[in-house]
Amino acid sequence: MFLINCPFCGERDQSEFSSGGEAHIVRPKQPTELSDDEWAEYLFMRKNIKGIQFERWNHAHGCRKWFNVVRDTSNDKILSVYKMGEKPPVNYK
Amino acid sequence: MANYRIHKTEYIDETKRVSFKYDGKTYFGYEGDTLASALLANGIHLVGRSFKYHRPRGIFSCGAEEPNAICQIGSKKDLTEPNVRATELELYEGLEASSQNCWPNVKFDIGGINNFISPLIPAGFYYKTFMWPKSFWKKVYEPLIRLSAGLGKSPTEPDPDIYDHKYVHYDVLVIGGGISGIISAKMAAKNNLKTLLVDDKKILGGSTIYQNNESIKIDDKLSSEWLKNEIQEIKKLSNLTIKTRTSIAAYHGYNFLLAKENLTDHLPEEKKKNKIRQRLWKIRAKKVVIATGSIERPLVFNNNDRPGILLSNSINKYLDYYGVTCGENIILFTNNDSAYETSISLHKKGIKNIIVDLRKSASSELIKQAESLGIKIYFNHVVTNTFGYRKINSLEIMKLSEDGNTTVGNKIRLSCDCLGMSGGWTPMVHMHTQSGGKLDFRDEDQVFLPKENSEDQISVGSCNGDFDLEIIIDKTVNKINKFLDIDIQDYQDTNIICSKENDKRNIWLLPNKIPLGKTKSFIDFQNDSTAKDIKLALKEGFRSIEHVKRYTTTGMATDQGKLSNMHALGIIADTAGVKMGTLGTTTFRPPFTPLTFGTLVGRNVGKFFEVVRKTSMHEWHVENNAKFENVGQWKRPWYYPKNGENMYDAVQRESKAARDSAGILDASTLGKIDIQGTDASEFLNRVYTNAWSKLAIGKCRYGLMLNEDGMVYDDGVTTRISENHYLMTTTTGGAANVLSKLEDYLQTEWPELDVYLTSVTDHYSTASICGPNSKKILNKLFPNLDLSDENFPHMSFKEEKLENINCRIMRISFTGELSYEINIEAKYGHSLWKMCIEAGKDFNLTPYGTETMHLLRAEKGFIIVGQDTDGTMTPSDLQMDWIVSKKKYDFIGKRSLYRSDTIREDRKQLVGLLTDDPKEILEEGAQIVLDVKSKPIDMLGHVTSSYFSPNLNKSIALAVVRSGKTMKGQKLIIPMENKNINVTVSDTIFLDKENKRLNA
Repeated sequence: MFLINCPFCGERDQSEFSSGGEAHIVRPKQPTELSDDEWAEYLFMRKNIKGIQFERWNHAHGCRKWFNVVRDTSNDKILSVYKMGEKPPVNYK
Repeated sequence: MANYRIHKTEYIDETKRVSFKYDGKTYFGYEGDTLASALLANGIHLVGRSFKYHRPRGIFSCGAEEPNAICQIGSKKDLTEPNVRATELELYEGLEASSQNCWPNVKFDIGGINNFISPLIPAGFYYKTFMWPKSFWKKVYEPLIRLSAGLGKSPTEPDPDIYDHKYVHYDVLVIGGGISGIISAKMAAKNNLKTLLVDDKKILGGSTIYQNNESIKIDDKLSSEWLKNEIQEIKKLSNLTIKTRTSIAAYHGYNFLLAKENLTDHLPEEKKKNKIRQRLWKIRAKKVVIATGSIERPLVFNNNDRPGILLSNSINKYLDYYGVTCGENIILFTNNDSAYETSISLHKKGIKNIIVDLRKSASSELIKQAESLGIKIYFNHVVTNTFGYRKINSLEIMKLSEDGNTTVGNKIRLSCDCLGMSGGWTPMVHMHTQSGGKLDFRDEDQVFLPKENSEDQISVGSCNGDFDLEIIIDKTVNKINKFLDIDIQDYQDTNIICSKENDKRNIWLLPNKIPLGKTKSFIDFQNDSTAKDIKLALKEGFRSIEHVKRYTTTGMATDQGKLSNMHALGIIADTAGVKMGTLGTTTFRPPFTPLTFGTLVGRNVGKFFEVVRKTSMHEWHVENNAKFENVGQWKRPWYYPKNGENMYDAVQRESKAARDSAGILDASTLGKIDIQGTDASEFLNRVYTNAWSKLAIGKCRYGLMLNEDGMVYDDGVTTRISENHYLMTTTTGGAANVLSKLEDYLQTEWPELDVYLTSVTDHYSTASICGPNSKKILNKLFPNLDLSDENFPHMSFKEEKLENINCRIMRISFTGELSYEINIEAKYGHSLWKMCIEAGKDFNLTPYGTETMHLLRAEKGFIIVGQDTDGTMTPSDLQMDWIVSKKKYDFIGKRSLYRSDTIREDRKQLVGLLTDDPKEILEEGAQIVLDVKSKPIDMLGHVTSSYFSPNLNKSIALAVVRSGKTMKGQKLIIPMENKNINVTVSDTIFLDKENKRLNA
């Protein structure tokens, strides 16, 4: 059971959060310009890596804020937490 | 000698006699006993039958690893508990226990015949045998197997006991109150760290607390005496919490652990009453010290399972802790030094014993001590067989060959009434691996050890593979100082004298002259798997330990292989000729010992099982005989039966009344989201398929919301209350998800939009009045409100006071009738409802529930998201192209609406169905086909909604059918179990296509 450091509320139990999958997938500004394949890339394709992954989490039963998390999926360690719109920490690239 | 209690110890209070029943017979023990120690004091070893061969089995250990002495406690239907380990169960006055897995009784068990036909029951027997004929499984094989198998009986009535949950946070959690746990806890607590020490036993001290050997001393005191002092010391520490009778069940990530605290299981019946039985601790610890100790290993040889055969150290504990001897003529069979401690203890109490040692020789202090006491030792010997049916009475030993692969020389027969075995020690690495830790293998004594890889947890003591007392204390102190980043010097000058084990010899499967196939060398005592089974599995091609485990069921009983997994691995490694450390282990899964469901559930039973949401009008519905339907967590009136009506009749009456005069629905549960901000209109444009910018203030509009994949997600009516203020309604079940989806887009995709969302579902109550007389009823309620179509047309909104209380009234319709929804602050909801009912008296205003609502909207062909859609329907599939804006550049899901898959013409599409026989009502979910003769039958779709319409006097249905849009007039067939129903595809709107009733 993770202990997640919500950037707005502090450390809280995982049961207060919901996961929103891979982070930094930007919704295309002009979807109509995209081919089926390009749109499918945005819509369906997600990484599922063993190792360091950038994810979105929502403090659903708390402040309702979305934020980003850097997590090592091999040991579930959360390495960093940062707000939406902030640049991802470079040292985990 | 009927009494095997041979001396007094401080842990048994002989002034407090306790009577208990075992298998119906009354016995006596003392306060401080476990059920097992009390039975042994009465000379009882035989406590059960084995699972498969029904062989007599005796008490084997003194702790959580016990495979044999598991019993059924109590006989009441609601309170009986199976699979309780007699070695852990504290004795109390009035305890009733019985043996399991035997019929008719433990001494004469019919299933014992399995022992003689055992060559016919090899590993995988059930998989191989009961396959044919297939039809026999359900009716013949399974009931028979179930009758003869099983470990105890579950309670058949609800558990009346009280359970509790507790959440705690600590700086340091120490698991295990043996010597290394006590030292760790003391060091942590003395450094002002808030510390919790848990131990599953009644008292702290582990196995050192009864260690009374002269050659093992700390600061010139017997190790047990020294430890007692330490325990007195730590009890004074104010920031140390000590919880005994508390066992860690699971170690989850981020140092989140579950512990079970036993509060009343050791108390007599009358003292248990009204008390919390068990408490589940949910622990968050910054650091965890694992000091869970180790478990002694059995040895694997022919007939190593007879009653009277125990683990050597358990014999020692029964003697020095409980004052009970397990026999009068004891043989100890060992491959290490620890059995010598047992031997010396027995000798001191005058119990005759001899030692059979696998090792060629050994030379530690303990061995010298035993030799000097004149204890007979057979070095380089091995036990090859044992005798005695209900209890061991003798055994055979033989000399080992130089390489240990065979036996040599003559058999020597030795008589005995008890055999203690010690195959070394297995560190309890369960907690370490549950936390995600990996293991190393130490070849020297064939143990898996925790591999340190985390700054949050550490293993100390014998669970870390440290067995000599001096090493245990030294390493514990050093490791804890480093782990907690502290510098405690308390133990710097501690003077430790102990015997040091120098010689080791391990043989997983002991050699025998008898071919393996004819021996019964047990590995897993509880599941009856033998060395032969493991070898057979290997022969049949199984290689992975996980596969061998499942095929032979080794390690799959309630003890989870605490005693057997290592031996299975060892034999696989030896047979396959690989190094044991390379094989890996099976997964150590929680819980460490079984947990009751009660503990897990805690107080969340009965009405606390789930949150129930009720509307403000709920009491009225109850008083008026409503039947309720669960919609999410909401209780919604389903229908209101009158004069003994069934559901069908009630719904027919309600539906007719709503169209003939007036009906009223409690619509409070619909999701309501308050949307404000200068970009609110733009936001709605992006989340709904239709256009919102031009919606005038005071007007309402129906909206359809898609997922980004183009599939319909939710729908509802949104009202523009002022320039920058909207009120959105959602489906009852979808409210929370819609809000979170909208928040997601606002926060992550469009943070530039000035929009604020607030859930106001619970803040407003809603009464929806529909029907041709609804305007008259509204007029009675709001006499000053101009209800003319010019002033208050369909799809518009007014604010008006009801006795000084503000109401929001929307003229919107989900039934196709002239209809008004009155919203009021929730606290006035009940009054509003009653006033509506009063005002409707002269107009047969009929309360209706969700079922009638569904029927009325189906007559109009309105969809219900989640009933007529399932996450694979586009607006076009629903024949709702009209609601998708062609002009808008973008909205959620737009691009997906012309993906190659979504523009396929043979997608399943929503259609109406009319049965040829208008009285025939279709079943929702029924399959639809064109032709029943083709094989395989081509399935075209299924029925999503089906009702008998009292207003049309015929059966109507909605369905999704492949290429349904082009099928109007097409005859289709609904094949049912006993008949085929003929239907015709129709329009989805069955009633009032021209929408005349909206303005009636």
